[in-house]
Amino acid sequence: MSTTTSSAAATTDKSSIVGRGNKTGNQLFRDWYQELTTAPSRGEHSAYVFVMGSMAEVLQSFGIHTIFPEVNGLQTAVRHVADDYIAQGEDYGFSADVCGYVKADVGLQLRGGDHPMGKIPKPSLAVYTNACNTYLKWAEIWERMYNMPSVTIDVPGSRAAGRHTWSGHVDFENDLKYVRGQIDELITVCENVTGKKFDIDRLRETMHYTNVMMERYERLIELNKAKPAPYNAVTDGTVYLGVANGFRGRAEGAQYFTDLVEEMEYKVANGIGTTFEEKYRLVFVGVPCYPIFRRFNEMFTEWGGAFVGSSYMWFASGGANTGFQYDLDRPLDSLAEGLLVTTRDAMDTMFYSNRNIVDAIEPFGIDGVVYHPIKSCRTVSTGLADNRRAVIEESGAATLFVESDHMDKRVVSEAQLKNRIDAFFEGLATRRVRQSTGQSK
Amino acid sequence: MAYAGGVDVGSTQTKAVIINEDLQIVGRALVDTGSNVVVAAQNAYDLAVRDGDILEEEEGVEFIVGTGYGRYKVTFGDAQTTEISCHGRGAVHMFPGTRTVVDMGGQDTKAIKVTPTGEILDFVMNDKCAAGTGRFLGAAASALGVPLGELGPVALRSTRPTKISTTCTVFADGEILSLIGKGKKVEDVLLGVHNSVVSRALSLMRRVGIDKEVTFTGGVANNIGMVTVLNQELGFDCNVSSDSHFMGALGAALFAMDRIKAGRESHGLAEVK
Repeated sequence: MSTTTSSAAATTDKSSIVGRGNKTGNQLFRDWYQELTTAPSRGEHSAYVFVMGSMAEVLQSFGIHTIFPEVNGLQTAVRHVADDYIAQGEDYGFSADVCGYVKADVGLQLRGGDHPMGKIPKPSLAVYTNACNTYLKWAEIWERMYNMPSVTIDVPGSRAAGRHTWSGHVDFENDLKYVRGQIDELITVCENVTGKKFDIDRLRETMHYTNVMMERYERLIELNKAKPAPYNAVTDGTVYLGVANGFRGRAEGAQYFTDLVEEMEYKVANGIGTTFEEKYRLVFVGVPCYPIFRRFNEMFTEWGGAFVGSSYMWFASGGANTGFQYDLDRPLDSLAEGLLVTTRDAMDTMFYSNRNIVDAIEPFGIDGVVYHPIKSCRTVSTGLADNRRAVIEESGAATLFVESDHMDKRVVSEAQLKNRIDAFFEGLATRRVRQSTGQSK
Repeated sequence: MAYAGGVDVGSTQTKAVIINEDLQIVGRALVDTGSNVVVAAQNAYDLAVRDGDILEEEEGVEFIVGTGYGRYKVTFGDAQTTEISCHGRGAVHMFPGTRTVVDMGGQDTKAIKVTPTGEILDFVMNDKCAAGTGRFLGAAASALGVPLGELGPVALRSTRPTKISTTCTVFADGEILSLIGKGKKVEDVLLGVHNSVVSRALSLMRRVGIDKEVTFTGGVANNIGMVTVLNQELGFDCNVSSDSHFMGALGAALFAMDRIKAGRESHGLAEVK
């Protein structure tokens, strides 16, 4: 089993590590897509998976590449070509109301996998959880297109907001057995697809890498409590999320987050923030506006608004935010437990994130909460208005509610977004003046 | 005497207001925005200065704040503030008991919750859809051939308002003409249109919470039909000023006067951007 080491010892002038995370992350991303592009020529299998419950550890143990259609989709939006892919999906028959990720993926499949980052291989199988209801129908599209197996892992969610059961509780033990049984089924499918025998030691190795990554990722989130925050949880956070998903269960992923934590600890120790003067500390709730990703962020940074937290970094990290650690002495049971606990957490973060947000306000020094519901995704967006109301009632936090989309530029109105964002900051400025002069509302 | 100016460049019309140190409006002007936003802003401002009989060379306007969608096109302005903050400020200045503001303009409707000093506690706006805005009334006026200024009085003649099922401005013409084709009276259709727009506005207002007093601002507040229907639905009378149309520009001018009085040091309310 490989170990993961800090590169600190080899670095004499540590200031050179500032910016390493984004640079290395982007390079890893390019390498990953290149690896995917060439995988079919080596006779290697690929699985289409999703960020919430990717089962990367099992798939990696079989040498199956993980491909994230959600990541493929957002890459087309960030590169300003999503419209073409979405249009192709709509021409195929999907309505304007269907998730932009799905339609962009349909466009991608119809183009034979041609993507700005490389060529996306056809899937040998698909694996998905019930964390997003669209996942199920999405995978059915591939089943029809490629006649390949898809494995649904049905993960029981919380019975009620804030009421979790844990090991030893009858509900938890039943849920665990239910999930474990489905993992066994997935292993059988992987054996059939690859013709390889399941190797539990290889699984232990991939789980070890995930353990390292999850431990570092949790630390990474904690480090943004520093003032100034060492990274932007929306822009930089998206790079980190890409690596956390794409390199889950791999040595490169574990090393990346080890190095990233080192970089962020250095920045915190030396009072180094992001690229602008931090005046207001914000937490972002929802999925980013990828069609105008840079500009969207600038509309906040122009006012000194820094995203120090993001629900996206929680629910789209495959549970890395929880820091969950697998027990390698009982890998399959522990894998089931990890999947159950972290997917449940991801679903709670989508549906009950008001608790996480309120809890983050004081330790992260949050000045305002930015809600960004998106037209494409009712799963993430439904309930955000209630969530906002709950956060206001419980914490009195300043909030902003801006709607657009993560993929479809047709429903992104920059002028309307800017107007609301400017008004939000005018309110924050007023609030600060009031607080500094001791005035109440 | 120092003067401050506010220029509100809206999607349909541009409004300018000049106030004196006693915070009284001394000049106002309104022009169609048209295609040249910069020129519209300048024209509105020049007309307001002329309206106030202010002699620029002796006692000129010391500070100007631009607001509205075209606020960054007020090239002669000193600062910009969103119309959300400006309508809140203007409404509380005009009606100090204001706690909720509903502003209806050409393509925006906003519900704003304010403090007694006019600071914004919360706001919501219509989103990427002109249903429930002045544009919807404009579409009805165009389809029925009724001048905008007569929409309200004609609607109030109705005794059996028609239910308007579509709230899409783009498809409003079709539905309205279809209703007329079925023999519905113009006033009944128009009252249905007013009910539809008010219903949208109330939905926004409920999202921030409807606290008395409610002040109705924006160009649509000049429509007596809208005021009447809104009052009926609220169950009490909202505040409406004869200067409702200028409320955003007034708020901008008040922020400008803050700057003058603070010696041009940032007050924290109208950050120069």
